[in-house]
Amino acid sequence: MSATDSSTPGFVAKSPSPYVVLTGNPNCGKTTLFNTLTGLRARVGNYPGVTVERKEGPLQGAAQDIRVLDLPGTYSLSPQSLDEQVARDVLFHRLPEVPPPALVVIVIDASNLQRNLYFATQVIELGYPTFLALNMVDVASDNGISIQVEQLSRALCVPVFPIVASNGTGVPALIQAIASRATQPASTSAPRLFCELSRNYGLEAEKLTESLEKSFPETRYQALAEALLVLSDDRIVRSSPGRYPPALLAQIADARARLESQGVDWRSVPIEARYARVSAIEQMVATAAPMDVESTTDKIDRVLTDRVWGLVIFVAIMALMFQSIFTLAETPKSWIEWAVGSIGRWVSTQMSPGPLNELIELGVFKGAGAVAVFLPQICLLFFFIGLLEDTGYMARAAFLMDRLMSKVGLHGKSFIPMLSSFACAIPGIMAARTIESPKDRLVTILVAPLMSCSARLPVYTLLIAACIPKVRIAGVLQLSGLVMLAMYLLGVVVALGMAWLFKRTLLKGPTPMLILELPPYKRPLLRVVLRHMWERAKLFLKRAGTVILGINILLWFLASYPKDRVAEARFEQQITAMQSTSAARGVSTQESELAMSQLKKAEAGRRLRESFAGRLGRGIEPLIRPLGFDWKIGIGIIASFAAREVFVSTMSLVYNVGEIDRGSDLGLQTLAQKLHEQKASDGGAQYRPRVALSLMVFYVFALQCVSTVAIVRRETNTWRWPIFQWVYMGVLAWGFSFATYHILPWFGLS
Amino acid sequence: MATELQTLSTLAPGAHAVVAELRLAPESRGRLLEMGMLVGTAIELIRFAPLGDPVEIKIRGYHLSLRRQDADQILVRLR
Repeated sequence: MSATDSSTPGFVAKSPSPYVVLTGNPNCGKTTLFNTLTGLRARVGNYPGVTVERKEGPLQGAAQDIRVLDLPGTYSLSPQSLDEQVARDVLFHRLPEVPPPALVVIVIDASNLQRNLYFATQVIELGYPTFLALNMVDVASDNGISIQVEQLSRALCVPVFPIVASNGTGVPALIQAIASRATQPASTSAPRLFCELSRNYGLEAEKLTESLEKSFPETRYQALAEALLVLSDDRIVRSSPGRYPPALLAQIADARARLESQGVDWRSVPIEARYARVSAIEQMVATAAPMDVESTTDKIDRVLTDRVWGLVIFVAIMALMFQSIFTLAETPKSWIEWAVGSIGRWVSTQMSPGPLNELIELGVFKGAGAVAVFLPQICLLFFFIGLLEDTGYMARAAFLMDRLMSKVGLHGKSFIPMLSSFACAIPGIMAARTIESPKDRLVTILVAPLMSCSARLPVYTLLIAACIPKVRIAGVLQLSGLVMLAMYLLGVVVALGMAWLFKRTLLKGPTPMLILELPPYKRPLLRVVLRHMWERAKLFLKRAGTVILGINILLWFLASYPKDRVAEARFEQQITAMQSTSAARGVSTQESELAMSQLKKAEAGRRLRESFAGRLGRGIEPLIRPLGFDWKIGIGIIASFAAREVFVSTMSLVYNVGEIDRGSDLGLQTLAQKLHEQKASDGGAQYRPRVALSLMVFYVFALQCVSTVAIVRRETNTWRWPIFQWVYMGVLAWGFSFATYHILPWFGLS
Repeated sequence: MATELQTLSTLAPGAHAVVAELRLAPESRGRLLEMGMLVGTAIELIRFAPLGDPVEIKIRGYHLSLRRQDADQILVRLR
């Protein structure tokens, strides 16, 4: 290794801790190694301006602070996705917030040497001090491959460390070597190439290298590697807007034209040359025993991707996952609600009554509860997703579902986010991170909330109980069940239709080709899965939690202000009067308590009806009148923007039924009965079936959920998409409700 | 030895072949080349997905899956 010193000035001043960058192909075990290197102190953030995850942590067991940065999995330095672009930018030191690496550790999968070495040699050419972590040597030897580490190291001119990241074999030696190398002064080695180019190509690359050295003197030692990349691939130039001056771009175009005229394919020549070199290296260092037996992965795949069994098992796994998010999450959810509620009440008893007290109990604690209730679902979903990803099944799920999803222009990987959204759109939208193509991911995020989530269930249940007659169809099917099913189906069909539409209009563009690697199966590591789950939960609390809390406090304010001092004083007087008379007359406590609670319910209803939210509900009445809704439903719609199920408790306040505990069937039935009895101004029932159906359809489509808005804001990094989503779903809601309300009478339903 | 060219998607599961030509747009071709699918690379068709698409192949010791419409643009020669 010839080391020419070209330490970059300014780097030391910026960050005293040296950076070790971890890079490699997807599925090479890089994340497992990162977890072992950094222990539990790693943090997950985002690179500024993009939604690519930045995982970083201190190196464990090192005397000095050494930062380890885990780059997204990458197949090549010519970026195909945003993930790969960030990896490329870090490796070329183009991100001002990431110092140049003091050491690059390339992780490669020993059982898949050629394709891993393709990327590894590209990175070695960048000239940083480099280590090669030869991972999964155990899998390779199971497959009959043995690799001579010494020879590999000599062929690549970098130290090679054989490891098994999943059980820690060889990792302590790697940590020690990293710690001692990373603290040495930054240096870069003379450029070397791992592809033998033809004379013509070599000359063009040389000329371009000279120009690049002049344009970018600070990265002159990478000029040759960069020249090869820009010459052979359009993606490099396109993904680096503003980097290359016009003169340089013209030079690149000229060089390509010259090569073309000589009959040279400027795109494939360097790739072919590199593969020729890495297969020569593989032949030299790896001895493969002839293996005719089927590998374990092949055996598993024969079942899991079988025409019949593959689909049966897939459906079973999805059903299990979906059922657990739907049902298992309910118990911890109610504990969380109970705990947050109790603490809130306890805190409020410790304070003197007044507006601040109310803000703390009903604003802050209710809002915090609204954030925390999502945790069980998020944790469960990401536990399953982590399990599917860590075993390698996730790629098979995409393989199985791609045909279906591609019909609407989506990727097989969109299936799980969409399915999860039936339980809750928040984890579903977060799960869309597994989709590499930014457009597919955005479309998935935009349509995911159209799936009827568990928060719609209480709304559907209430309205069906109140307005849908209890009749059987064809003797067996309950009409109420059919209506429920229709709501779910309506959401699915429109979601797929909108996905199709978005892919053809707004997010048009060439669909990137599906190139999906099916990695070997492996035993999942519980600590990897749990860590993944914990990272997601933390991310949700930190990013979306604050926004959800803020908006909940705002909604509480709207529902409880302004205060009417006169009416409140009258209410207090009535209460005291009632207390004193019942004490004096000795009336049975049951009777007086009933009267008291009715008075309280009436007061709570009055407060809501006269609050800002109540006024807003009246204000939007002209807008919702064509859908068959009155101002009382308007209040419900306004208040349930916090979360759809709030509609039920709001309606119970509006109709003086008192607050309904979630999950209490009795309260819901009382309210349904109350709604059923409401008379419209024409003397008929207010909640006629067509009003109820129109309202249910409204809730299928309307984005009545601040938490979804907040998470979409976080996941897309802009307010533009959540606002667009809110508007398009609102338009759908209005349109479909209007149609429902006005078309149903044609079928004799009033 | 030289047999006729056929598209990748017409291979039967279990068939071994050699890549002869990639007729894909340069955009898509680049990534396939980088993944090691070069002219002359040995390739094995493993299976079609249960719903008929995509197709699973094995090249350079690892498994990859492509959609039929793209596999139709890849010409191979049976081995």
